[in-house]
Amino acid sequence: MGKSFSTYETAWCPGCGNFSILKCLKTALEELGKDPHEVLVAAGIGQAAKTPQYISANTFCGLHGRSLPAAAAAKIANEGLTVIVNTGDGDSYGEGGNHFIHAIRRNVNIAHFVHNNQIYGLTKGQSSPTTSLGHTTNAQAYGNINHPLNPVLLAISAGAGFVARSFCGDQKHLVAMMKEAISYKGYALVDILQNCISFNKVNTFAWYRDRVYYLEDDYDPSDKIKAMERAMEFGDRIPIGILYREERPDYHEMNRILAGREPLVDQVRDPGTVRELMLELV
Amino acid sequence: MYNILVGGAAGQGIDTTVSILEKAFKKSGYFVYTFRDFMSRIRGGHNFMVIRFGNEEITSHSSKLDGIIALNEETVYIHRDNLKKDGFILCDSSLKGDFDAIRIPMADKAKELGNPRVAGSISIGAVLKLFSVELEYAFDIMKDHIKKDYIEINREAARFGYDSVECRYPHTGGGYKDYMLISGNQAVALGAIAAGLKFYSAYPMSPATPIMEYLSRHGVKAGVVMEQAEDEIAAINMAIGASYAGVRAMTGTSGGGFSLMVEALGLSGIAEIPVVVVNVQRPGPATGLPTRTEQADLRFAIHASQGEFPRMVIALRSHEDAFYQTARAFHIADKYQMPVIILSDQYLGDSTSTVQMYDLSRVPSTAPLVSCEDDEGYLRYRITDDGISLRKIPGKGKYFVTADSDEHDESGAITESAEVRRNMADKRMRKLEGVVKELQEPEFIGDENFDILLVGWESTYGPIKEAVKILNSEGSQKYGALVFGDIYPLPTKLLTAKAAMAKKIYNIEQNATGQLAGLIMEMTGIKCDGCILKYDGRQISGEEIADRLQKLLRKEGL
Repeated sequence: MGKSFSTYETAWCPGCGNFSILKCLKTALEELGKDPHEVLVAAGIGQAAKTPQYISANTFCGLHGRSLPAAAAAKIANEGLTVIVNTGDGDSYGEGGNHFIHAIRRNVNIAHFVHNNQIYGLTKGQSSPTTSLGHTTNAQAYGNINHPLNPVLLAISAGAGFVARSFCGDQKHLVAMMKEAISYKGYALVDILQNCISFNKVNTFAWYRDRVYYLEDDYDPSDKIKAMERAMEFGDRIPIGILYREERPDYHEMNRILAGREPLVDQVRDPGTVRELMLELV
Repeated sequence: MYNILVGGAAGQGIDTTVSILEKAFKKSGYFVYTFRDFMSRIRGGHNFMVIRFGNEEITSHSSKLDGIIALNEETVYIHRDNLKKDGFILCDSSLKGDFDAIRIPMADKAKELGNPRVAGSISIGAVLKLFSVELEYAFDIMKDHIKKDYIEINREAARFGYDSVECRYPHTGGGYKDYMLISGNQAVALGAIAAGLKFYSAYPMSPATPIMEYLSRHGVKAGVVMEQAEDEIAAINMAIGASYAGVRAMTGTSGGGFSLMVEALGLSGIAEIPVVVVNVQRPGPATGLPTRTEQADLRFAIHASQGEFPRMVIALRSHEDAFYQTARAFHIADKYQMPVIILSDQYLGDSTSTVQMYDLSRVPSTAPLVSCEDDEGYLRYRITDDGISLRKIPGKGKYFVTADSDEHDESGAITESAEVRRNMADKRMRKLEGVVKELQEPEFIGDENFDILLVGWESTYGPIKEAVKILNSEGSQKYGALVFGDIYPLPTKLLTAKAAMAKKIYNIEQNATGQLAGLIMEMTGIKCDGCILKYDGRQISGEEIADRLQKLLRKEGL
């Protein structure tokens, strides 16, 4: 067992799904034997994105939607860091949607935990990219007319090597998914279904609890077509577990400067390099 | 000093021809300055490059031509008015237009040699002979520009061109053969490497793309990770993320991409994470003139992003500045933990100049600005007298490194306390007091007993330098000039002293509104008496400055 992670008083609403996600994050890191000083928890902006504020680790609370590129680059700079991005559906799939797709392509070894409550919490209840059709909010006064995004299907089709779904109400399952994602070598997405006690009166804790079920023991996560079929299941029944998993070289293994070498931050340049480069221009 | 133009349509091989010619001239001892003018297209249109060379330093392009190497007739019609009286036109025999020219059957000979594409080498051979430069210099260089299997046929072609003409201009010597020939963009990349750059992220955008291309190719040797980002927002956020983790990082773009980066400038400002951003300016607004030049982002660079935070803006004046000032930008960014914006432009970025090998002892030493010592009580944003809090590298010791785009206390925890907010804003802005102390004054050029003072910034440095030389050799008035490199915060000491001596002050700028004149007025109350502005996407030359200023002075009765 590793060292223990402290958590701090939060500013979340009582009954928020974020509490159990924070608890599971702490448990997952501790069970993996991580040292808090070697962990970086990054986030953008939103209720979920406050997570780094509440755990003892190195933290990077960047701009709304922009935590993925910053976190990936921090990992590129120092492979020794365990890098986790905790942030919401608005931050990940809305404001940062482009970065989400390209973080998948880049395949830097980071874990991405999306607290997906299908609503905007910090800004008090407008629709998010995953809000269901017809859902009425203050900003969608006559119901949401934009089709919801399916983040796990998008991730699989965009080429992600690890795509999982979990539920904040099943802590044992969530801890297991987080541990798998953190241990996976490459970009790993866990879409965490989470209730928003204050602003989402449709997709409540009970709504999720009554629908989620475990993927079968003999489910084969390496079958991409099957994975996409299961990823499309989001209605009366919602499967949770590792939907898709594929082993492949990550960014560091593909990069000539990083592969098989010490972390970039520790690399020392041959002092003659600049002179050599200048001589090429003579 | 000689000046030749190579022109034609995009895709006709102007770039390769010019790259070989300029290097051959330099290897023969000449100082070379090549100015590149191209359209935003891959095929067709009209592109040209002007190679100016001689046995003394050259700081500006010139429109007075000794020769035109025309790859099509259009080139002749567009540029022949700039040809000196005894100048020449060199072209293929198939160009039958109504003009005197040295016509060589380049296309026919190339076909005969077995490859129509070697026609360019025929013109290279001919040009070298016209200027009495030995062909062997070009043979040497071809190795780097032409695939192995094609070298022999290109040499044969060059030999044919060489034998087709007579020497026309004597070689005037020159001691520059051991100098480098480098573009402004390459010099920025090299300066960054010299400063210890380890991570560069960018999205391709003219005219900044050659920086990422240079770092992609040569980064492997230098240990620089070059990552092409999905957009400029990602590019700067990646640079900031890498910098947070302890490596020197930079991003580069032009105005449009810089527009996307502005929110993250503020992140660098409030989270106090160093980042260097290069804006190789082109004319805007929006897409503007993508492959052309302008200096209209000065005010934008100074003010970009919401809120208030310390920053520095450095303008690159020359191919020397591009190296030394880029290296210095990292030092300043690290020391004060803030963004440093470097302003370059297409003219400087794409032009190549002969430059002495850079003196690496002039690169600011990278003093230990970060620490990895264990410190359980570490406060990332500790309030200090100079506003600078000790940076640590996350993951390297028993401490936590925080970073926050929200207002935060000394530990990095977010807060809405009015008192903490005041203290943190003051702490951050205090860093500028240190920056101001190490500002570099503008460079003074010209006659110490001047009557007329010119002020300018960035790449107009070279043209202004040439203009002052011309003006001081011609008129009855004496001229001096101040050209700014450090431009924000604005260094004011030398400006105030020189302005007090000047009868008249004129600002020379590549924009429509006189942004430097406005900044000078704001910071010092000094008002320029008149201006020479150019904003047609083409760089002003020394000759044009001299000419326009003389006309302006005559009009004003001076």
